[in-house]
Amino acid sequence: MPTLRIPAPLRSYTNGQSEVTVNGQTVEEALQDLLKKYPTLKPHLYNSNGGLRPFVNLFLGENNIKDLQGLGTPLKEEDRLLLIPSIAGGSEA
Amino acid sequence: MQTVVETQLQLSNPAAASLEAAVGNTPLLRLQRVTSRLSAKVQVLAKAEWFNPSGSVKDRPALNILRAAICDGGLAQGRRLLDSTSGNMGIAYATFGAAMGIPVTLALPANASPERIAILRALGAEIVLTDPSEGSDGALRVARRMAQEQPERYFYANQYDNPANWQAHYFGTGPEIVGQTQGKVTHFVAGLGTSGTLIGVGRYLRQYHPSIQLIAVQPDSPFHGLEGLKHIPSAIQPGIFDPDLSDRTIAVSTEAAYEMTRRLAREEGLFVGISSGAAAAAALQVAQELDEGVVVTIFPDAGYKYLSDKELWE
Repeated sequence: MPTLRIPAPLRSYTNGQSEVTVNGQTVEEALQDLLKKYPTLKPHLYNSNGGLRPFVNLFLGENNIKDLQGLGTPLKEEDRLLLIPSIAGGSEA
Repeated sequence: MQTVVETQLQLSNPAAASLEAAVGNTPLLRLQRVTSRLSAKVQVLAKAEWFNPSGSVKDRPALNILRAAICDGGLAQGRRLLDSTSGNMGIAYATFGAAMGIPVTLALPANASPERIAILRALGAEIVLTDPSEGSDGALRVARRMAQEQPERYFYANQYDNPANWQAHYFGTGPEIVGQTQGKVTHFVAGLGTSGTLIGVGRYLRQYHPSIQLIAVQPDSPFHGLEGLKHIPSAIQPGIFDPDLSDRTIAVSTEAAYEMTRRLAREEGLFVGISSGAAAAAALQVAQELDEGVVVTIFPDAGYKYLSDKELWE
């Protein structure tokens, strides 16, 4: 199953876990599974319209999913997703 | 036949003796259009800190930290200046380090923008990229460990705990604000990063007139996109921070800061960075509650280093 790396500021919402194993064929499904496990994360990642907040970046390897297929980006079993905030529009993982 | 129009242009200032001489004395700009709904007796003014030589407010503490370290011998025997930074402080260290012949090593999170990393490399700084998941606190821990492991190689500048940080604002920014408002400032609003600006300016203003209100600005959540600002309750607390100094803290969401950053560009012609947007959003919130007053805030930098953040400008 893919793993999702949790940034330090959000670990208080994942019982201190820095990595969470998630189910999902796409990034969106993986995030939904993460929120099923840790529902209090939701307002930190999503806005009230259901979209990802503007500073939330997800990297698959070296690539920001915004440069791939967005939330529809397919995931493989061994994939590792990195969740990080942009700092100054950061785009390098 | 050409007509010569007489203008009110003044002669330029004479050449500055050094880059250091160009730090501070930044313009204090009055916001004109985003303030249109305020009482006519309320002014909102912002220090335009991108006028500093390296482009941000961080020139003030960086230069003061360097000078203090030179005076007390911290940078003797060829030691390198070492600190953690998310960008602007590093650019300021690298700028003055280059000008003074002092080598600079910086620990910064690997998700710092490509613009910032490119600027630091152009200025000749040595860069240690740290785990982006650990944020600015992670960079701080890496710098601290490097300093402990090689004390003979590094002078650890430690902007979060170094009193030369807030003293730069106590002796510089604070008196400038009093002078530029002719002593009429009633409220001072500043974002919390290292807290040096709020603590230094705040202490000066409190001594100048105890009734001046001090307002701290921080992100509304531990996970945010407000570059340069810290969510103090969930971060490593800076040693120079004094939680009892400010009268009030305003929490600003990343979305509200983005929106205000765009408004400043499009309605005021002020192309500034995200933390300026956060400061302006909080300053306007304070100003809306007043019948009269002079609200002063700090715009730490310009917008150039944020251009790669497409979400910000759209």
